[in-house]
Amino acid sequence: MQTIILYIGRDTEITVVMNRLLNARPEWKGICVCLDEEAVAICKAQHIDLVLLGNGIDHEAEKALKVSLLELRPGLKIIQHYGGGSGLLYGEIMTALHQV
Amino acid sequence: MSQFILHKSNTRGHANHGWLNAHHSFSFANYYNPERMHFGVLRVLNDDLIDGGMGFGTHPHDNMEIITIPLSGAIAHKDSMGNSAVIKSGEIQVMSAGTGVSHSEFNALEAEKLSLLQIWLFPNKKNVTPRYDQMTLDVDARHNNFQQILSPSADDAGVWIHQDAWFSLGKFDAGFETEYQIKRSENGVYAFVISGEVTINGQTASARDGFGIWDTDHISFKANTDGAEVLLMDVPMELN
Repeated sequence: MQTIILYIGRDTEITVVMNRLLNARPEWKGICVCLDEEAVAICKAQHIDLVLLGNGIDHEAEKALKVSLLELRPGLKIIQHYGGGSGLLYGEIMTALHQV
Repeated sequence: MSQFILHKSNTRGHANHGWLNAHHSFSFANYYNPERMHFGVLRVLNDDLIDGGMGFGTHPHDNMEIITIPLSGAIAHKDSMGNSAVIKSGEIQVMSAGTGVSHSEFNALEAEKLSLLQIWLFPNKKNVTPRYDQMTLDVDARHNNFQQILSPSADDAGVWIHQDAWFSLGKFDAGFETEYQIKRSENGVYAFVISGEVTINGQTASARDGFGIWDTDHISFKANTDGAEVLLMDVPMELN
């Protein structure tokens, strides 16, 4: 069964790379967007296992996004993705998924 | 009471891609060890050996302070901020990825391998404007001395980053002893032995070992071999 991961980041180029990286592993399905409204709509429409917050999301937007996503999916795991690429991605996802 | 951790060189993650022989002190790329995720804000310490002319094509980064120290050879760097530079052994490069930056890194020499340390620290501020800097260091100033090469301040010695971190490099004669004062009570020190053998607070560490110490205000240091080289990374232990 695939783990469905929603990535939100403002930089289009990084979002494209994240989409490629997340979908390169058969055990993950990545959905990558730049806009918070898109992210909320996706979360409303389908199951999401993990949300990665990427670059450029300011403090206020992050707070509002978390409130909206958690209202839709209480208990949803939302973590910060650092580095914008493959270096830390696997470790971040594995750590988040194995946290009790 | 001080606490410490010793990461022996042969316990690091290892990935040999042919053109790139990489050792990871902390989890990186496909190397995942939940016990080796970070030392405070120090998240990545990669020890890379890159074949002549080879390297990493254009790829993005964000929200990370990235420090590159060539140990031998030279790196050709190009980035989306318009920087194009060669960084040689004896120099240091720093990049604050902030809101996002793309860059490429290649071995600038065809006939010589490039040995480098690449270090990533979590920033103390997210989404800063990306910036790049490099500096030539006075290599002689680190003989029997911890030469500061990085700090949080543009007015202090070395390059600066968005984090309350200080890096120092030293190269020591056998038998030389000194103490290093940790800069902040919230910081610890991760010492990476580049070459030779040293004793830190009574613990022996050899080439490419990492020794982390915290809950103390200083470390005592002794070089056991001639030319022992050490990189000290004085970093906040709490993630921001």
